[in-house]
Amino acid sequence: MLILTCPYCGVEADETELSPGGEAHLKRFGPGSSEEEFEGYLFMRENPKGVHFERWRHAYGCGKWFLAARCTMTLEVFGTYPAQTTEPPKKIRDAISAKRPGWSWGDFK
Amino acid sequence: MSTRLPTGGRLIDRDTQLDFTFNGKRLRGCAGDTLASALLANDQTLLGRSFKYHRPRGLVASGAEEPNALLGLGKGSRFEPNQRATTTELFDGLTCESQNHWPSLEFDIGAVNNYASRFLPAGFYYKTFMAPRAAWKHVFEPIIRRSAGLGKAPTERDADRYEHFHTHVDVLIIGGGIAGLQAARAAAATGVSVMVVEQTAHWGGRAPVDGAEIEGQLADYWVRETVESLGKLENVRMRARTMGSGVYDHGYVLAYERVADHTPDDDRPRHRLWKIRAKQVITATGAIERPLSFAGNDIPGVMLASAVRDYVVNWGVSPGDRTVVVTNNDDAYRTAIVLKEAGLDVPAIIDARPEVSGALPEQARALGIAVHAGRGVAKVLGGKSVTAVKICAQAGEGAPVDEIPCDVIAMSGGWSPVVHLWSHCGGKLIWEAGNAHFRPNPDKAPTGHAGEVFVHAAGNANGAMTTSEVLADADAAGKAAGKAAGGKATRKAAPKAKEEPSEPMLPVWVMPQGADIKLRGKMWLDYQNDVKVSDVQLAAREGYESVEHTKRYTTLGMATDQGKLSNINGLAVLAGSLGDDIPQVGTTTFRPPYTPISMGAIAGEARAELFQPVRQTPIHTWHEAHGADWEPVGHWRRPYAFPRDGETVHDAVKREVLNTRENVGLLDASTLGKILVKGPDAGRFLDMLYTNMMSTLPVGKCRYGLMCSENGFLSDDGVVARIDEDTWLCHTTTGGADRIHAHMEDWLQCEWWDWEVYTANITEQYAQIAVVGPKARMLLEKIGGMDLGKEALPFMQWAEGELAGIPARVFRISFSGELSYEVAVPASRGLEFWIKLMMAGEEFGVMPYGTEALHIMRAEKGFIMIGDETDGTVIPQDLGLNWAISKKKDDYLGKRAQERSHMTDPDRWKLVGLETLDGSVIPDGAYAVGEGENANGQRNTIGRVTSTYFSPTLGKGIAMGLVHNGPDRTGEVIEFPTLKGGSIRARIVDPVFYDKDGEKQNV
Ligand SMILES: [Zn+2]
Repeated sequence: MLILTCPYCGVEADETELSPGGEAHLKRFGPGSSEEEFEGYLFMRENPKGVHFERWRHAYGCGKWFLAARCTMTLEVFGTYPAQTTEPPKKIRDAISAKRPGWSWGDFK
Repeated sequence: MSTRLPTGGRLIDRDTQLDFTFNGKRLRGCAGDTLASALLANDQTLLGRSFKYHRPRGLVASGAEEPNALLGLGKGSRFEPNQRATTTELFDGLTCESQNHWPSLEFDIGAVNNYASRFLPAGFYYKTFMAPRAAWKHVFEPIIRRSAGLGKAPTERDADRYEHFHTHVDVLIIGGGIAGLQAARAAAATGVSVMVVEQTAHWGGRAPVDGAEIEGQLADYWVRETVESLGKLENVRMRARTMGSGVYDHGYVLAYERVADHTPDDDRPRHRLWKIRAKQVITATGAIERPLSFAGNDIPGVMLASAVRDYVVNWGVSPGDRTVVVTNNDDAYRTAIVLKEAGLDVPAIIDARPEVSGALPEQARALGIAVHAGRGVAKVLGGKSVTAVKICAQAGEGAPVDEIPCDVIAMSGGWSPVVHLWSHCGGKLIWEAGNAHFRPNPDKAPTGHAGEVFVHAAGNANGAMTTSEVLADADAAGKAAGKAAGGKATRKAAPKAKEEPSEPMLPVWVMPQGADIKLRGKMWLDYQNDVKVSDVQLAAREGYESVEHTKRYTTLGMATDQGKLSNINGLAVLAGSLGDDIPQVGTTTFRPPYTPISMGAIAGEARAELFQPVRQTPIHTWHEAHGADWEPVGHWRRPYAFPRDGETVHDAVKREVLNTRENVGLLDASTLGKILVKGPDAGRFLDMLYTNMMSTLPVGKCRYGLMCSENGFLSDDGVVARIDEDTWLCHTTTGGADRIHAHMEDWLQCEWWDWEVYTANITEQYAQIAVVGPKARMLLEKIGGMDLGKEALPFMQWAEGELAGIPARVFRISFSGELSYEVAVPASRGLEFWIKLMMAGEEFGVMPYGTEALHIMRAEKGFIMIGDETDGTVIPQDLGLNWAISKKKDDYLGKRAQERSHMTDPDRWKLVGLETLDGSVIPDGAYAVGEGENANGQRNTIGRVTSTYFSPTLGKGIAMGLVHNGPDRTGEVIEFPTLKGGSIRARIVDPVFYDKDGEKQNV
């Protein structure tokens, strides 16, 4: 059972306090988008063994959505950050690089 | 025969005798006995039958690894099958019975499987699944079903209670042997909090039995001193009878405490599940001795050498008069010595090693025990018990050179560290060739939140074999864990132990080395599931190379002991057959729990009324007092109907519908979701959430709206009221309130975070009562306070004021087709308001109605219900709801998805009404069949029923359904086959059955 720190209220939350929301940093495609774009947005997901970015909600706490960067293999958490961003902040990316040099995920590295 | 020895037994109190029964036989044991030692003391060596061949089974082990001695324990509401005799503490009045045989343990019909064993090879199930089909259905399945499962399921409700404990600790130590105790001492000295759990009732593990000496004292003395001193430390907690069950992510550990198994009826909870968050975990879980694979190694009387030693030393029980020891290592000599010193006969030690020297063998020889070097067991003789053993050259093919009468064979194939808990959360193993075992790889330890190592193995569990190695290893683990958990480094050295010189062991996986198929077919690997050396070899020949596949194909290690004895031997045999090295073949995955834990412990307090919270409306008590027949809706309880004395539920529903249509009915609609959406961008936000336009809704008006997922599918519906310029009140379905609120927050926080919108789920702040029927207005006018006339409050508008002195918001909306007001009052005044309506309504014939009447009335009007007409694959366009989809908006959630080719296909199943030709009711979920058959030879389907009721208003069965091109086929008659045979014919009609023009709701 994971522990993730909610970046809003600072609580080190047990997984039972959280609800998962799947992959982070999806770009929404609405009307006018191509079939490929929409398929990618709705269905195509990363499934890495290693660095991953996820959405979590502090559902039984402050109620805020946040994002987490963690390793799916070792369960190491590189950091959590507010969901109001389209890309991982530099601090998070640097933290990952320190532990997993040369990492990449989607368009990020 | 097995019996109680006149002296000895470090764990028993001979002065306290306990009575118990086995298969109805009255027996007697001592306080401190396990059920296993007590049975053995009473010469009860046959304890059960194996799963597949129903072979006679006796004790093999003395602890948690025991595969055979599974018994049905207790009676009635305290009966539980598959209880391990070796881990069951004896108590006065215990009753138990053997399992898996018929008609009796001694004479078992199922044992014919034994003689048919060549027809039940590895992969038997998979092979018979294939063909012929008829044989499977008529022959194999009935036989397997009858014999499947171990033990009997309890028939009564569990009389015991169970609980959960939650705790945090810096260092958790699993295992209370000398390694766990020393690790605790070392960790505690760093100043951090420490908790030690031990699965048995005793501290110290095996060391006292094995004759260890620590700091110049016998291990027993050191253990007592250490436990006492640890007990005095404020930062140390110790729990015996508590098994570390599983190690999970980020230091989460489950432990299973058997609080009162040994003291039933004393009112304490029987089991306790500990949910522990530990910064650091030390697995001091010891090691388990491996059996040797020789022909007849499953006959009762063949036991692990360490277990034989345990029974003598711990419980003063002799497993037999004449014990032959079979080994490939020095440790088993300790058993021979213990037996000899207890005055028992040890006619021979059969040692597979070609040359045997060293301190322990010399000691055995000095006691006059014959040591046969380079020898193995050719065959064990006996049926329900061992009578003799034939010995042979280990290097040969099994030609007997001698026969030795005996009643016990004590075997030792070496020791395997218990690496389960290390492995649960990702710890990897390395192969230690010298000891022929896997041990934890310290370079690949389980890691936690910050990438830090959080599990350390210690002692035997880490591959340390002698007492001094164990103590040094545990001391280092304790110090490392304490420091990692934030403690201060200490310099105190580990205690010293007497040296225990030993000669190397010799890996032996098959005995003798060149055994032929006849012998290999009698060498058991898995005693409980009846998997033999020959089965694993057959699997390898049939192409099973992966250890995980072989396990499933042969069922090796899949019994309730999860292969604690059989796994390493099995994979060594597999490696041998494949010509691979053991580490290349690898192990199967270790999964929690370490040993089975009770369902009661997992449930804890969550049973009966505490199983899950029940949500009650403010009017709940009134419903209860008036005989409500309840329906669970999510966590809510809603009245399904209010049957009166002598009335069936069905009749009550009928009466409630008719009365509402003719007079006036009251519905407790408080469970309806109510979400307030407020802010400068609220209108824009709701335009994205709903398929229709909400920003243009004038203040004071209501509008029915649909919400879709981004995948286009209809997800919720409800009426939205515009409260003021900045504020909308969104009604959701009862089950949808929390989900839709979360959905709103998700989009607001994660996509449109710059929009100024605030949402609040105010579902429970209001009681909401629907006043429905032609006399609804009269009733509300009578209680008075607001003008609710046709002009003052037209259909689809709302007004605020006071009714009967209670602040109220009145929505003029209808889900029944009748004149209808939904009145929201503060939750605290809901019951008062309800009672006032009931009293004032007497002259109008007011009656409460429940959810079934609600459903029927909405179906009569052709209104859809989320979850009936929708199932996550239905789009609003399928339901004829195009009128509720804005054509003007560029975007809303689900719009792009609804433009996909399959969604816009004119050839979809669409909503229609269905009227049966004979007036009967179509079964719920029935499918309509069309022409032809599909690829599976089934009739093609052309539609299905989504809602179906007897309509009291119309006096016949009505239904809604989704039918292929439905609306275009109005008037057509289609056929719904029923489960009973035959079919019901129904005509496709308009889904609005009642008051098509909506005149009744608009008066
Ligand atoms: Zn939070």
